[in-house]
Amino acid sequence: MVAIEALADKFNYWVYIVIMMIGLYAMVSKNNLIKKLIGMSVFQTAIILFYVSIGYKDEATIPILYHDQVHGAHHAEEGDHSDEGAHHDETHAMEAIAKEATHHGNDHAVDADHAEVDEHEADHVIDAHVMHNESDHAFEAGHGGLDIDPNQFENPLVHVLMLTAIVVGVATLGVGLAITQKLYGEFGTIEEHEIIEQLRTGND
Amino acid sequence: MIILIFLILTAFISLRVKDLLSAAMIFGVYSLLMCLLWAGMGAVDVAFTEAAVGAGVSAVFLISTILRTSRRSSD
Amino acid sequence: MKFLGLLTVLITGFLLIQAERDFPDWGDVNSPASSYKLSQHYITQTFAETSVPNMVTAVLADYRGYDTMFETVVIFTAGIAIIGILRVFGSNIKPDHPEVVLTKKKPDLIVETTCRLLIPIIQLFALYVVAHGHHSPGGGFQGGVIFGASFILLALARDLQYAQQWVPENRILNLAGIGIFIYAGFGVASLLLGGNFLDYGVLTAIIPGDVKDAHSHSMLGVEIGVAFTVTAIMFSIYSSLSSNGHMKEGI
Repeated sequence: MVAIEALADKFNYWVYIVIMMIGLYAMVSKNNLIKKLIGMSVFQTAIILFYVSIGYKDEATIPILYHDQVHGAHHAEEGDHSDEGAHHDETHAMEAIAKEATHHGNDHAVDADHAEVDEHEADHVIDAHVMHNESDHAFEAGHGGLDIDPNQFENPLVHVLMLTAIVVGVATLGVGLAITQKLYGEFGTIEEHEIIEQLRTGND
Repeated sequence: MIILIFLILTAFISLRVKDLLSAAMIFGVYSLLMCLLWAGMGAVDVAFTEAAVGAGVSAVFLISTILRTSRRSSD
Repeated sequence: MKFLGLLTVLITGFLLIQAERDFPDWGDVNSPASSYKLSQHYITQTFAETSVPNMVTAVLADYRGYDTMFETVVIFTAGIAIIGILRVFGSNIKPDHPEVVLTKKKPDLIVETTCRLLIPIIQLFALYVVAHGHHSPGGGFQGGVIFGASFILLALARDLQYAQQWVPENRILNLAGIGIFIYAGFGVASLLLGGNFLDYGVLTAIIPGDVKDAHSHSMLGVEIGVAFTVTAIMFSIYSSLSSNGHMKEGI
């Protein structure tokens, strides 16, 4: 039962391994050269499938931003720039408060009368820190004007790597087919064992 | 799930048939199924490339080589 | 040999299935590949840095531009290799074994007319895919393959020689070289302007607009270069393979 659940959980991975094995077996033990090349392509696509499925995320969409996101970006960006000044002001103000607080903190032992005020101010500093963190976070997320959740989009990196691999794969397939044609012109066959036999007997 | 099962089937058959021309055609079907699977996974660029390359151009390359050499296969 | 091959394959498969236990779950958001900072940076910052909504195109042509350039060079090299392997000059060299002679058929009227209607549309679509790769799936590789496929369709419908009237052999190799030249040209231009190789940000001196626009427009230029190379090499591979190196009669 556990085995079946494990299989259902990772069925995809099993499928890649099976396809990969089919391709590898064809590459190793088929006699026909074109069959070997088809096996190579199958092997290649299985690896690409594995990579693409690594980039898959649940409830994520294709790695292209929506029109609305892009379109709304410009407004958000403008807003962001105007926010920036305010943000800096806030930071300065906060630093000032923090300095004052530490100053008061040093005085605290000496001047007991100000204890209540100090405590009050310390609370204020903590509040300011919390605020600072929040605004900092918002600032990071809104940097460049887009509030994008990375989990909302699939991983584009694996797609890029595999996209070029496919096109390079067809070019290498072409090279393999060219060699096959040349071998056929030389030996009159595309079966590996017949070519080896001809090479052994020496009447190519 | 169904596409995955068909994927294994087409990969197996294309390497099993003795006629190379049918093997090339079934390999084209395999590529198309792979493209559908990737489109389902959201890898649209990869699926697009596979549809153009795997199902289109590489099948043509295979067929042109098969017509220029021999169509029979011993295994 | 068969048994040995099967044994090797089964052992490899067994090891892979053993390794499968450590793989992340299907669609796991917290898998190492997805939680890594780099891919998250690509997702969140791409539009802010390059103003290209399609992250795949942006990563392909900008962040990993160096990689893509040499992928293009690999394709170019493959095309050259195929010509080097197969190309036969002159007709007096006879191979040891008689070549396969294909029966020549008259061009079919229906096929020809349909292709005449289809090919311009395919080429237009290919150009759209190249140019609109920033906003929708597509880009230089896909558009190049589609554009090359339109010439392959022309050669299949009529004859290889007919198609080669439009794209002669020597010109197509020049085209492939021009593609890489365009790509590397963007890199060298950014070098000359004081940036790193393929650092499009400094190209604001040439390209109108701000840094983001420079990134976006340079990506378009680079994609066009890729499309040139891929188109040329795809048709070159087809014409070599289908004519057995003679470049005269296709299939």
